[in-house]
Amino acid sequence: MTKLQKPKILGLVLALGLSASASAQMMINGAGATFPYPIYSRWFDEYAKVDPSVRFNYQSIGSGGGQKQILAQTVDFGASDGPMSDDNLAKAPGKIFHIPTVAGADVVAYNLAGNPALKLDADTIAGIFLGKITKWNDPKITALNAGVNLPDREIIVVHRSDGSGTTYIWTDYLSKISPEWKRKVGTNTSVNWPTGIGGKGNEGVAGQIKQTPGALGYVELIYAIQNKMPYAEVRNSAGTFVKPSLESITAAMATAQIPDDFRFSITNAPGADSYPICGATWLLVYQQQKDPTKGKKLVEFLKWALTKGEDMAKQLDYAPLPAELRDRVLKRVDEIKT
Amino acid sequence: MAVAASMAVEERSAQTRMALPSRFGEKAFEWLTLAMALAVVVLVILIGWQLWHGSSLAIRKFGFHFLTTSTWDPVAEQFGALPFIYGTLVSSLIALLIAVPLSIATAAYLTELAPLWIRQPLVSLIEMLAAIPSVILGLWGIFVMIPWLREYPFPLLKRFLGWTPFFTGPMYGPSMLAGGIIIAIMILPIITSFSREILRSVPDLQREAAYALGATRWEATRIAVLSYAKKGLFGAVILGLGRALGETMAVTMVIGNTPQIAASLFQPGYTLASVIANEFTEATTDIYLQALFEIGLVLFGVTILVNLLAQLLLRTITTTSATRAVQ
Repeated sequence: MTKLQKPKILGLVLALGLSASASAQMMINGAGATFPYPIYSRWFDEYAKVDPSVRFNYQSIGSGGGQKQILAQTVDFGASDGPMSDDNLAKAPGKIFHIPTVAGADVVAYNLAGNPALKLDADTIAGIFLGKITKWNDPKITALNAGVNLPDREIIVVHRSDGSGTTYIWTDYLSKISPEWKRKVGTNTSVNWPTGIGGKGNEGVAGQIKQTPGALGYVELIYAIQNKMPYAEVRNSAGTFVKPSLESITAAMATAQIPDDFRFSITNAPGADSYPICGATWLLVYQQQKDPTKGKKLVEFLKWALTKGEDMAKQLDYAPLPAELRDRVLKRVDEIKT
Repeated sequence: MAVAASMAVEERSAQTRMALPSRFGEKAFEWLTLAMALAVVVLVILIGWQLWHGSSLAIRKFGFHFLTTSTWDPVAEQFGALPFIYGTLVSSLIALLIAVPLSIATAAYLTELAPLWIRQPLVSLIEMLAAIPSVILGLWGIFVMIPWLREYPFPLLKRFLGWTPFFTGPMYGPSMLAGGIIIAIMILPIITSFSREILRSVPDLQREAAYALGATRWEATRIAVLSYAKKGLFGAVILGLGRALGETMAVTMVIGNTPQIAASLFQPGYTLASVIANEFTEATTDIYLQALFEIGLVLFGVTILVNLLAQLLLRTITTTSATRAVQ
């Protein structure tokens, strides 16, 4: 029996192979950031229904890899959680456009008995991460949280050990609100931490927080929502305590100063509704496309992503761009030459 | 039927081949194996060269200080590898201290003492341990092992060994000790499997001779088996050490990832392999990437150096015992 079936299976395999090569599609390759990977892959799936003639291949190898690959022109588009530096842009063989797509936030997650709702401000967050506030019942924390019984317990700080856009947003915020942090530590995807233990990835940090009584750390909002972790309200630059949410991230993008090259930072944005610790993620494309047909398809996709695609963002817990910014970005996409 | 016939034909042709050994086949075999062996050497040299080439900028900028300084600051672009070298060596040492006695005892039990019906299930279980992906072990480390360690063994260690500098200070959980323990779990199956094979290859004559002299089971195992197999067991330990030095994912998840040199094993540490795994994907500046490449070069060097030292140690041990035997 099995011997008789073999040729049949072989024939089937051959037929499949032929049919696959018969409908050859255009392949657009991209690589980079891991943070937006879930929504990008959703976009690529949905876009396959809109235009079946293109297929996207996106590798989430990290923002550093995304910037390197677009510079080396080994991909058709790159993706990064932080804007490219002037040094890196100078290495590019052509002008690179930054196309912001969606945004996310870092939340302050913690492990305290009874999961009390906490409120924190810039001073306390910087103090904790600089290793100056070491106890949960420090006067600076209790002053913000009247009525919450905070224990006389050491705060165990947990941060990301792997380089990540989440850390970039976090340290960018700390550098803006604390001159001491800016001087001693600075902004980067990974830094020389003054205190704390490092967990690998959101799951590593979340795991350490969940398992360690008295721990405090930062994770992506999406991760905290999906894992039902308690997280703090943070006082923004207008002086109001804001709960991190998709709306308060979009509000921050609407009030932040956004330059024309879209290499912006939206941490500590003005406005009463803005959550202060958030950041966008970008696609990186050359203004002058090498392959005209591919370039045209890429532009079509970008336009679709910035309109129809943006509407899907909230379902996946990403904050969409505010309408005004979206229009500005769409104009930039029109400037891509094919 | 047809199969049997074709087998017979094949057997016959094999016989004719045996009868007329071709010199060409012999030579070809020799050259082929030589080429394979050389390929390994070439591969090692190429890896070393590539790492050197990839880190040339960092080597020029930091020079020898790279090995002796402790600051790892990607923002200020100051890079020193000392805490990572320390972490790699210490975590591997802890792992060996735990895994070697356990593995060799397990192997001795399996070959010398265990009843037959217990052997095969135990062997399969140990081999299954080797098949667990390290990321799974790491997650288990975060969610099961660390809370347990912090609850029971750590306070006990602090109470009884707190007078040494190794078990002092706060116990967060993620720590050098936790890293060492997870590596121990990962190298246990390797050392056990190799040790078992080595002990099995000890000729029965050895055991019989010991029993004939009136040795007890323990004496026979110690003198006739373990001592006879010493060299081989040492080799098994070195293979385990090689794995321990390069172990990445599970260690990264439990060691705390803090580049510091602390005497207390309750403090978090960092290893060479972990920092590469953690930071390589998001490193954007040239010097940062090159410093990570240089970390790779240092890990390469540390591994080779530790292996050389181990070989040297092995030679000293075997020659001294040989001279003792002669005396």
